[in-house]
Amino acid sequence: MHQTTSTASHPRGSLELVRRFFANVPLLAWFCGALVAVILERAVGLSMAQSLGMPRIPVLFGFLVFLKQPALIPGALGYVLLMNILPICITAKIGAPVFNLVSRILYKMPLVVTALVHLAVLYAVFHFWADVNAYRMIMLKMMLISILLTLSLNVINGYMGEFSCSHPGFMALGAYAASLFTVGLFVNDQLFGPAMMTSDYAVVFFPLGLFFTGLVSALGALVIAIPSFKTRGDYLAIISLAFTFIIKSVLENLEFLGGPRGLSGQPDWSSLPMVFIIVVFGVWVINNFVTSTMGKALNAVRDDEIAAEAMTVDTRKTKIIAFMFAAFWAGVAGGLFAHVLRFVNPSTFGIQKLAEVLAMVYFGGLNSVYGSIVGAVSISLLGEALRPLEILKWIIIPLLLILVMIFRPRGLISFKEFNIHNLLKPRG
Amino acid sequence: MPLLEVSNMSHNFGGLRAVNEYNLAIEPGQIVGLIGPNGAGKTTVFNLITGIYRPTEGRIVFNGQDVTGHAPNRIASLGLARTFQEMRLWRHMTVLEHVKMACYSKFTYGLAGAFLQTPKRIREEAEVEELAFASLKMFGVEQFASHWPTDLPYGAARRVEMARAAVTKPKLLFLDEPTVGMTPEEMLAMIEVVRKMHETLKPAVFLIEHRLKVVSELCHRVQTLVFGQVIAEGTPEEIQNNPKVIEAYLGEEKVVA
Repeated sequence: MHQTTSTASHPRGSLELVRRFFANVPLLAWFCGALVAVILERAVGLSMAQSLGMPRIPVLFGFLVFLKQPALIPGALGYVLLMNILPICITAKIGAPVFNLVSRILYKMPLVVTALVHLAVLYAVFHFWADVNAYRMIMLKMMLISILLTLSLNVINGYMGEFSCSHPGFMALGAYAASLFTVGLFVNDQLFGPAMMTSDYAVVFFPLGLFFTGLVSALGALVIAIPSFKTRGDYLAIISLAFTFIIKSVLENLEFLGGPRGLSGQPDWSSLPMVFIIVVFGVWVINNFVTSTMGKALNAVRDDEIAAEAMTVDTRKTKIIAFMFAAFWAGVAGGLFAHVLRFVNPSTFGIQKLAEVLAMVYFGGLNSVYGSIVGAVSISLLGEALRPLEILKWIIIPLLLILVMIFRPRGLISFKEFNIHNLLKPRG
Repeated sequence: MPLLEVSNMSHNFGGLRAVNEYNLAIEPGQIVGLIGPNGAGKTTVFNLITGIYRPTEGRIVFNGQDVTGHAPNRIASLGLARTFQEMRLWRHMTVLEHVKMACYSKFTYGLAGAFLQTPKRIREEAEVEELAFASLKMFGVEQFASHWPTDLPYGAARRVEMARAAVTKPKLLFLDEPTVGMTPEEMLAMIEVVRKMHETLKPAVFLIEHRLKVVSELCHRVQTLVFGQVIAEGTPEEIQNNPKVIEAYLGEEKVVA
């Protein structure tokens, strides 16, 4: 008995040592450490990579190198250590007293200011990291969009406890609605004729367009919600799955939207700042919703509907609003998605997309904003890192998901509230 | 005019007459008990009045308004709160969130407040939080505010359920066997809790109980229900000495305390 506990606690013990070593490092220090690392990489990354025997900077922390060119593994490891891990850890640990001082000053200011400063540093990290090449840029944007998508699905599958399969459908509605808006109005296009407006004010028109895009998806959601929320149970899963397929085949048969070939020529409006700001805003709004008593009513409906009704909760209205709300953000994510790829076709929004989003939600954790962020980021990164394995990737990711389901049936970080005060506070 | 008036209410489950020609009048501030053997239809009466079932026949008037067949949430928001025999707490919500949730219909911040941190939302959420804490304090369970119901001892969970029902200061409170499964000491404490709550908030109370001690300590008036039919009604003393009641309900077990 004693033997097993000591061996079992050993790895946890060393992790604990690392944790204790970095215990006084505030979040700001980690962000600034990452900023130092990405700026360093920009300055000397290429020459460092070449001196370690690689033709160029490894794009994804060396993951792609591991599987593609095993001979370069030592070089890639060395690069990751020298360019990513060491600069971050050293800056964070050595700078901790200074960053704690700054954190303490920030902590006294209104929360908005503190949060905005952190977000600005985070954005700078993303900017410099993704600036190295186009692959990183697309990957990063897709990852951010998948955070929004995952979180919005979590509102239905986690917070509300129903099982919805319609997210690819909502995303498709959003992608096509946003594309129609931009291609139709702002671009010289064969299908829709010459541009009706100049694209000088993209910064204003694009978010506005995305708002209406979201409303289109929300209307789609109303079509599902009205029949499905009369009862509980499996009806929503079936109806929503049918919805996804119906949207897909309708889009395939509408010639003016390009049919199965899809729609292209979207302007390049999903810039990194645009995606970053909309995703951060979306996460903020969704977090506001699920922490309000209106949003908590979803949990009450999920855990005991009869008790919820007896406590004055209008269960049907609550469910329909939440469902439309989730669809709204899925539509916005779809609109951003279409403008990152600058091309959409119906087959993107099929069963594979559904599997991907569901995997992100269930891997990360139900009923948790943290969980959705972790799920979206880790499944996106994993998907990219395992890309060289091609078809094997679709065996490894589900296997991992099964493991998570065995050891943490509700996902990695489930039922945990997003505590921004705790996150941003100085540590010492 | 009584606060709650139920006239000739009947309910069938398929071919089974669960409640037959049931009548009830509760005056404001009055405590009325409902006793009867297991399966007599007591909880069905609760579920019919609170709107979970729709009565087959009859009329329910609450606070001057006909609420027959209305949805439970509408009836509840008129000021009729309840607890459940099987304690329906929400598994993944903290105790404080439970009590705040009961104030759902009091929030007026709407969608804008739910999605954005509007000043109105911040103010209303804070006000309700204060109310919720006061209610938890009245039932002596404020130390559990941040716990999940699965962490609570049994008696505390019962009190949380009551705090949740009482937070909106309802005009009428339905308590479904508040002392079920309790030791005699816990039962006495619960009687005190209900009495204190009644003195502070002055709601009318409709109470299902099995233990005569609770009924005779608390109730002004008692109804006895057997096979869906009221066989006797009166003060606790009258009921205890009613031969019909003794035969139907207390026959084998004279002392239940």
